[in-house]
Amino acid sequence: MKKLITAAVLALSLGTLAYAEPAKDAAAPQATPAVTAPVQATAPAATTSPVAAQAATPAAPAKAGGLKANPMVTIPIFLIIIAATMGVVVWSAKQTKSASDFYTAGGGITGTQNGWAIAGDYMSAASFLGISGIISLYGYDGFMYSVGWLVAYITVLLIVAEPCRNAGKYTLGDILSFRTEPKPVRAVCALSVVAVSTFYLTAQMVGAGKLMQLLLGIPYKTAIVGVGILMVGYVVFGGMTATTWVQIIKAGLLMTGAALLSVLVGLKSGMNPFQFFNDIATSPNVIEHVQKVVLKDPIAVAGFDYGQRFLEPGLFLKNPLDQISLGMALVLGTAGMPHILMRFFTVPTAQAARKSVIVAMFIIGSFYILTTLLGFGAAIHVTPQAIMKVDKGGNMAAMMLAQQLGGDIHPFIGDLLLAFLCAVAFATILAVVSGLVLAASAAIAHDIYVNVIKDGHADQHEQVKAARITSFVVGACGIIIGIAAEKQNVAHLVALAFAVAASGNLPVVVLSLFWKKFNTAGVIAGLVTGTIVSISLVMVSPNMTYPKKVAADAQKVVVVLEKKQAEGAMLNEKELKDLDKARKDFEANKDGKSILGLDAPLFSLKNPGVVSIPLGFIVAILATLAFPSRRAEEMFDELYVRQNTGIGMAKAIDH
Amino acid sequence: MAEKQYNWSAIAKNPKFIELHHKKTTFLVGWWVFSTVFYFLLPIGAAYAPGLFKIKILGRINIGYLFALSQFFVSWGIAMYYAHVANKDFDRLTRELVDELK
Repeated sequence: MKKLITAAVLALSLGTLAYAEPAKDAAAPQATPAVTAPVQATAPAATTSPVAAQAATPAAPAKAGGLKANPMVTIPIFLIIIAATMGVVVWSAKQTKSASDFYTAGGGITGTQNGWAIAGDYMSAASFLGISGIISLYGYDGFMYSVGWLVAYITVLLIVAEPCRNAGKYTLGDILSFRTEPKPVRAVCALSVVAVSTFYLTAQMVGAGKLMQLLLGIPYKTAIVGVGILMVGYVVFGGMTATTWVQIIKAGLLMTGAALLSVLVGLKSGMNPFQFFNDIATSPNVIEHVQKVVLKDPIAVAGFDYGQRFLEPGLFLKNPLDQISLGMALVLGTAGMPHILMRFFTVPTAQAARKSVIVAMFIIGSFYILTTLLGFGAAIHVTPQAIMKVDKGGNMAAMMLAQQLGGDIHPFIGDLLLAFLCAVAFATILAVVSGLVLAASAAIAHDIYVNVIKDGHADQHEQVKAARITSFVVGACGIIIGIAAEKQNVAHLVALAFAVAASGNLPVVVLSLFWKKFNTAGVIAGLVTGTIVSISLVMVSPNMTYPKKVAADAQKVVVVLEKKQAEGAMLNEKELKDLDKARKDFEANKDGKSILGLDAPLFSLKNPGVVSIPLGFIVAILATLAFPSRRAEEMFDELYVRQNTGIGMAKAIDH
Repeated sequence: MAEKQYNWSAIAKNPKFIELHHKKTTFLVGWWVFSTVFYFLLPIGAAYAPGLFKIKILGRINIGYLFALSQFFVSWGIAMYYAHVANKDFDRLTRELVDELK
């Protein structure tokens, strides 16, 4: 019976494969870096992948590599989601009258609602698709990687959430300018916020375009413009209220999808965790994948348990210092992310802020645990070989799992589940980009326009108008950057956003809230240093493309394939194509230099945090001590009492 | 909006405020350091003590998996404990202080 269903699924996917092919070919090589975001693959180097994929082919059993959503099911689900969110926008537009309504939903969001919205703001398509994909291909390391994303919230909960609620109003600039010279501090702070948001937004937009292209077969530009128009619509008309509800809806959909699939995965192993782990470690496909593709042992080492190896660390994350550096950026950067900080201004009290972080932690943590089940489930039931055929980075693992497990019940259910997950991914992207656009516009409209240019003298009507125009411009820029960056490697941008937030924003927020002597010089020096050092280190890191390295890799492929040819073996069509491409790559890149004119990286880590975060703190402290300010010290009592007790709350900058 | 003028430095010297601030600082810094150290043990352990992570405990489930999973429960545990202490102690002290200022 099961064979029959598998055959039916196979026929069905093969039938759609022909249709999916052109879009997939265009998207697959680029989609990998875009969606996996900060996970920088060290394992499957470009050089070996053609050969490795070759080795894996015979192992892949009768499972089709095609993945194509059924438009008859997908389009209605997308329309329902768009209609629902548009309804929310119309409703919120009526309520958005003052600046406070626009930026903070009038402070009228409850703790639980805000918790769901934080989760919706935070869990990107990269975590949903990227992490489940890494787990499906590399096992344990993917799970280990996901842990930092939750632990980061301990810093948010203990250090920043409640003080920010008590001392702030709309933006990060409000907190930092409290006891410093407001104009320069707000201006520098807004620049840093815009930098962080732009990096993050670019990665999300490019990921969105690639994902929609891969899933729905629509052109990249159409996907970006579509996502962009919706995002601008939510923010411009509905402000924070609409953004919040889009995020809540998305978090609900994402959790539903993940839970549903996890139950299906669990049922396959009789809801028994021991059976589940046994299924992973004894799956012949997993064993073959670990042996040939990951560890590259042409002949199995006798007595070595390749299946169990999948459950042990070290298959994907190779450089411990890079992991620690990324961990630091996550743990400290999340608490410095402007779109996350901004969420705490939407609740009425510090208690509600506390509750919202705790609710968010339970949602986010459960989500990552479910993601493990999806990743391992995909490894067992879809097989790593089939996943890699569709996307080398594994980004489609969860989607393929949905289609397969649903299809095992009935082909239509497979289509339905796949369509539902596509819609979830779509909602996920919309929720995250809307939050980012709102945070960037708040920094520009509230900090720069209202408080620097207009000296704080702008009436409510003018403030809301400024906020709406800025959101529109920021959103339009997001669309343009998204289209322009189609062919760029944007994988490092999410990590860069976290690194800038951790090295620039977080040190100055913490020092502002807790250090009496901290002053204008410290804020500006800390923000500027943290931001510039992080960006510069990434510019000279292995994240950039080094043409000489590309040429050397291409050369290796040429050598391997030519040797094979010389030995008299006939190359198949794919190998001939690879050979041709490698030769071209070599010619095109052998004399090239990176953007900064380098032959090789100057800084060996992909994540700059381990250097830039301490530097951000040290420079902020030194600058403070070098240029002491009595006013800043005198005003510390007020800030400190406010942030601890909430006395005089939200009137903080009305004076 | 007539905002009440507070004497901030007087509040900062209020014994209730000092008690609140001491209790909070000790709690927050202590648990933050604990959670951070506990978290970094995971990547460090995976890199430098892979042998330990490989030891099977329950069937095929090994120490590494249980340790990674424990991170979630420890984070939740700290969050719940903080909520408990904050609701009970910190909020009470804050309320008493605010009442005193009325």
